[in-house]
Amino acid sequence: MGFLTKRRDQQLAAMQAAGRTVGRSLWQDALRRFATNRAAMGGVVVLLLISLLAVIGPMISPHTLEDYYWEYILVPPTFENAHWFGTDSNGRDMFVRTFHGARISLTIGVMTTAVALLIGVTWGSVAGYFGGRIDNIMMRFVDVLYALPLLFFIIILVTVFGRNIYLVFIGIGAVEWLTMSRIVRGQTLSVKQKEYVEAARALGLSNLQIVRRHVVPNIIGPVIVFVTLLIPTTILVESYLSFLGLGVQEPMTSWGVLISQGAASIDTGPWLLVIPGTFLAVTLFCFNFIGDGLRDALDPEGR
Amino acid sequence: MLSFISRRLLTAVPTLFVVIAGAFFLMRAAPGGPFDADAQLEPEVIDNLRAAYDLDRPVIEQFVRYMARLARGDFGPSITYADYSVTELLAIGLPVSLKLGGVAILVALAVGCLLGIFAALNRNRWIDYVTMTVAMTGFAVPAFVVAPVLTLIFGLYLKLLPISGWNDGALSNMILPVIALALPQIAILSRLTRGSMLEVMRANYIRTARAKGLPEYKVVASHALKAVSLPLVSYLGPAIAGIMTGSVIIEQIFGLPGMGRYFIQGALNRDYPLVMGTVIVYATAIILLNLLADVIYGYLDPRVRRE
Repeated sequence: MGFLTKRRDQQLAAMQAAGRTVGRSLWQDALRRFATNRAAMGGVVVLLLISLLAVIGPMISPHTLEDYYWEYILVPPTFENAHWFGTDSNGRDMFVRTFHGARISLTIGVMTTAVALLIGVTWGSVAGYFGGRIDNIMMRFVDVLYALPLLFFIIILVTVFGRNIYLVFIGIGAVEWLTMSRIVRGQTLSVKQKEYVEAARALGLSNLQIVRRHVVPNIIGPVIVFVTLLIPTTILVESYLSFLGLGVQEPMTSWGVLISQGAASIDTGPWLLVIPGTFLAVTLFCFNFIGDGLRDALDPEGR
Repeated sequence: MLSFISRRLLTAVPTLFVVIAGAFFLMRAAPGGPFDADAQLEPEVIDNLRAAYDLDRPVIEQFVRYMARLARGDFGPSITYADYSVTELLAIGLPVSLKLGGVAILVALAVGCLLGIFAALNRNRWIDYVTMTVAMTGFAVPAFVVAPVLTLIFGLYLKLLPISGWNDGALSNMILPVIALALPQIAILSRLTRGSMLEVMRANYIRTARAKGLPEYKVVASHALKAVSLPLVSYLGPAIAGIMTGSVIIEQIFGLPGMGRYFIQGALNRDYPLVMGTVIVYATAIILLNLLADVIYGYLDPRVRRE
């Protein structure tokens, strides 16, 4: 991103030299601030690297998810037979399993966040936009759900309806939308009363135009920040379920499954816990850094 | 204040009802039942078993009968643990979880606040950086990674502490589970405290307190702390929920005979009464503790009492 801003700076300098004034949008300002935040940019780079490895990792290894090597059981990380991350107690290659787990964990993180985003934004914006009685009823409903031990409901859901990955998506997504809806409602309520919305209405803009040009751009900042913080939360919830044996099922795997198996054989093969645990922790770190960076970039006064 | 508390109590009742109804119908909606695994039993035996647990009746009637029983304080018999009633199992599990969770939340509050305050008072010095790095790590490394690593280091390598078991809540058996359970909350609480402390220390009344010549510890203890505690109290609810869900995993890892284990066992075996019992206790605890947090908040900040 550094080179992006540099190129823009050059363009700006060139345009200013030509005697033209150029405006800079708030988004460009935010991007510029984000690009100078080293922790956040580091998070982006590392996360891209992990995502890349999740895609190509299982391809560059000569092994597959279903290969069992009876002669290589519980081997620590080694170059022999290309077991770069060692093997587990069934003689399966950990390199392939770790990055296959990365695929599943990251996918679940993004998909469930998308589910939560969809429900939360719809619910919150409807409540905030209509206000009054509808708002009251809808937010009371959220309050009631908020007070429930919802993770226990997900556990009941996956145990009684069978362990299937789509159920995990829906279950976690259906739980995590609550905070999102509160954020969106609050934002919509405050934006709706702003003078510029009134001005836009006075200028004769239609409702749709007002929502598109004035409401959405102004509520989207906190939503983006919350999304980057929600993805690691959902990854964590999935790992939690998989750790209990309720999430992803064999032969598919996720970081939660790997950590659970690693924890069971920690005295004989510590790398089985340490490797997936490190990847999970680093991923969560990255998302948090990016989220913090985005918050600082999008809301500079709020620091 | 009293009307504030009673208003909150009134909303707690429908919430609890939603929990009970939700869990009840969710479990009954799934295909299959608790006796699916017992394929070797005669169909007549299964029919008798189903009748014994009311499972042969329509779902609505089951629910009414369950609620009537519950109103008399009876959680019904457990299906998996055939000789026990759910009440007896809860009487075994609840004290364990209560002690573990209670100690963990107290430890988290004490350590988290102290770390946050020290970090804020030494802003941008090494103590601040070390604390915040530790907090970030505690936040990113989940309890189910920390717990096995702790048992490996302190249990298997150093042989200082038992790696599992409860032993009637002996101190040495409690240390590792409490650390693993409290760590994520310590991470969040210390970050919260630090942020809130930094904000409070810039306030005008702090400058006034310093100007009239109070020693720094008095400025912190008698002027800053009350304002700092507000965001912490509002985080208490989520913290308690986090400790409870965390304790399900921690009990599993350390083999502790708490509620979490009965809940997971019950859910896996479709032991309807046991799952209902544990969920009701968890939900009641969360609702009541949230209420307590609200009351403390209302006491500290009178504005929220008038809605």
